[in-house]
Amino acid sequence: MDRSLELSVPSRTEYIAVVRLVVSSLASARRAIAEERIDDLKLAVSEVCTNAIEANMSTGKNHPVVVTCWEAPERFAVCITDSGSGFDPDLLPQHPPVTDPNRLNFERGLGIPLVRSLVDDLRFESAPTGTSVWLILFGSPSSEGQDETSEILRVVMTEEGQADR
Amino acid sequence: MELGLEVDESRPPYTVLAVAGEIDVYSAPRLREKLVELVSQGHRQIVVDLEKVDFLDSTGLGVLVGGLKRLRSHDGDLTLVCTQARILKVFEITGLTTVFRISESVDEATKA
Repeated sequence: MDRSLELSVPSRTEYIAVVRLVVSSLASARRAIAEERIDDLKLAVSEVCTNAIEANMSTGKNHPVVVTCWEAPERFAVCITDSGSGFDPDLLPQHPPVTDPNRLNFERGLGIPLVRSLVDDLRFESAPTGTSVWLILFGSPSSEGQDETSEILRVVMTEEGQADR
Repeated sequence: MELGLEVDESRPPYTVLAVAGEIDVYSAPRLREKLVELVSQGHRQIVVDLEKVDFLDSTGLGVLVGGLKRLRSHDGDLTLVCTQARILKVFEITGLTTVFRISESVDEATKA
């Protein structure tokens, strides 16, 4: 994949809207993924960028968040890197099922489960010096008659389902 | 961009809070403050109209869940108005469609 855009963003929450706009506009203009998935990308980028900015703010240092977009035919990837203290993605808290009244006690931590269901591949590279999160979407400009893409999606979704069990 | 927050008290016992714009970690605190303010003023049946919301992420969901919890602890309720597929999708993925009452219009949400 080719690196196409790199943004260095101040770790302030008002910049997240800018990141959403820039990344989704690029993906849309390049027609790398289906238009109906631009909203998925936008939401996933927003979630991960929020975490990255909060991670940087918690260190008290003035590090930027670095957002890099990568493009390939029928593939669009975004890597979001912070300089926070890192985390273990396997130790993310589990939410009670929605039927459990205690679910209402969880106002936070909805982001990563949401991102998992929005992108085709999600990868974390975390160390005590910072975290990079990769969001990868497969696809093509039109969802019509794209059996190959559907197959890729099916495989990813099946793997995701098995990983959850 | 600033979040639009308009309160309509013309449909008692319902209070309609119409939100416009993008709800993310930057703008969500203003929505939270408004909901807290309405509850502390005694409003118990709050309808949050999301029809003019262009974007909603998990921070916004968290604020709405917090508002619902606050109202239910005061024997009240929070109803959402939303027909936009991209916003509804966020509630569906997180399973919150079963937690909130979601109406198709303010009229439907405020029916006695």
